[in-house]
Amino acid sequence: MLLLALDTSAAATVALLHDDVVVGRFASADTRSHAEVLAPAVHRILSEAGVAGADLDGVVAGVGPGPFTGLRAGLVTARTLAFVWGVPLHGVMSLDALAHDAAAGGAVAAGSRFLVGTDARRGEVYWAPYRASPEPGALPDLLDGPHVGAAATLPAGLPLVGRAAGLYPDAVDGVPAFAAADPDAASLARVARLRLLAGVPLRDTAPLYLRESDAQVPGPRKRATA
Amino acid sequence: MRTARPLVLGIESSCDETGVGIVRGTELLTNTVSSSMDEHVRFGGVIPEIASRAHLEAFVPTLRAALDDADVTLDELDAIAVTAGPGLSGALMVGVSAAKALAVATGKPLYAINHLVAHVGVGMVGGTFSDGLPPNLGALLVSGGHTEILRVIDIAKDVELLGSTIDDAAGEAYDKTARILGLGYPGGPAIDRLAQQGDPTAIRFPRGLSQPKYMGTAEQPGPHRYDWSFSGLKTAVARSVEQYEAAGLEVPVADIAASFQEAVVDIITSKAVLACREHGITTLLLGGGVAANRRLRELTAERCEAAGITLTVPAPSLCTDNGAMVAALGAQIVLDGGSPSGIAFGTDPSLPVTSITLASA
Repeated sequence: MLLLALDTSAAATVALLHDDVVVGRFASADTRSHAEVLAPAVHRILSEAGVAGADLDGVVAGVGPGPFTGLRAGLVTARTLAFVWGVPLHGVMSLDALAHDAAAGGAVAAGSRFLVGTDARRGEVYWAPYRASPEPGALPDLLDGPHVGAAATLPAGLPLVGRAAGLYPDAVDGVPAFAAADPDAASLARVARLRLLAGVPLRDTAPLYLRESDAQVPGPRKRATA
Repeated sequence: MRTARPLVLGIESSCDETGVGIVRGTELLTNTVSSSMDEHVRFGGVIPEIASRAHLEAFVPTLRAALDDADVTLDELDAIAVTAGPGLSGALMVGVSAAKALAVATGKPLYAINHLVAHVGVGMVGGTFSDGLPPNLGALLVSGGHTEILRVIDIAKDVELLGSTIDDAAGEAYDKTARILGLGYPGGPAIDRLAQQGDPTAIRFPRGLSQPKYMGTAEQPGPHRYDWSFSGLKTAVARSVEQYEAAGLEVPVADIAASFQEAVVDIITSKAVLACREHGITTLLLGGGVAANRRLRELTAERCEAAGITLTVPAPSLCTDNGAMVAALGAQIVLDGGSPSGIAFGTDPSLPVTSITLASA
């Protein structure tokens, strides 16, 4: 199975996964240049691997939650690539990639509950609770969410995986090895692959913004004269 | 690639229209547009985040519809063009990301082009200028985001900005004024309609930047000889309404609408024609969404004729934001031997008109 994955919910990341082997990958720590770096990364990864787009078994997009503009750059890229190549398009919730990494890396105990949290800016985090599978190699289960809110409002007493741990060390019980971790496209592709192999349906690529636009419906006209 | 009639697909997403157009040289094959205007009505203006969300959802369906309508395949394209600026940053980012993905997936060269110059380039298609762009061409662009007067020396590589608004765009002034008058959004058509029943000389609203200290003379131009300002006009309308209300009088909405419109149109056309006369412009293209305004077309025609300037207005669907104009300009740049922009360039919300295509990053 050959999957191209993109996640732009935090950093801009791209990966090409052949079965369980990462054939090519790109990650930019800059969270504000997704529209610039994404297409060149896709082009380079496919060229270096000698893979034509139409050879892919699917394009996988991280659907957030994440800051809006960067998230959209990844989603419109993934949708357009899949449309032109005529290959299946799959969505994966971006926090699932971090949950997978934590469980696969043994950072959370089998069968235990834990949180994944990323940077939502404005002093808030995107987060969701998961339960690690008791079976080795199986994906963690999403318990609810995803949510957006202040770190201090998260459920207490659960270890937290992801950048929110590094940003709000006093508010959460961070897992040190994952305190600066963002969703990664290679992990996203692995999550998609495991679901496809298990016959579990994947989500579409509708973005998880979790916040409305800040626009306010205008009130009555202001008056300078009484 | 140096075919006489390059097949070019153009993508536009600088504001609230998701546009995909396809041209073969100067032949228009499709002008497919999806607008999010209805979603902005309750806010009384374009909300960038809402426009950007709509672009994401509209892009692939609009692309698909355009290809069907033009009956061409992506394989057949010679090039892709996309608006890289000026415009709303987040909105531009969607079109540019999509265009780059399209370029990567098809292997076609991508040209990042200027939205304002594309409003002029659209004159190449749709029968506007059947013999190509005339010499000594100027362009007056009036929309919700722009108010500019340009001199076009060579559409593919040499365009000069003669003047522009220093604050609100004219269309924005219409929207804000319509809100003050309770006429809804978009303001242009509502004010234009009501103005026909009002007296345009009822209230003398200010003509911004028209004082001698801003104008200077042809020999010694002032700092804003061809520039406009509309923010004071909007405030003047608000004060006028308040004065009627404070006096317990009924607000003469039609007269205010007509007087406001006359002030906008008078200052736009007088300065534009002045710029044309002083720069040897003999043909003027009127573009942008406000080009649909009845009074603006009327007074521009009148004053151009008096000054011996030929006025040309493209079809309304080519005046508002669209992908065909991007494709039309892209085709001219391809024919001119322009270099593609690669796939690493960024958007530029304040791209100057002198930058017609972005160089490869």
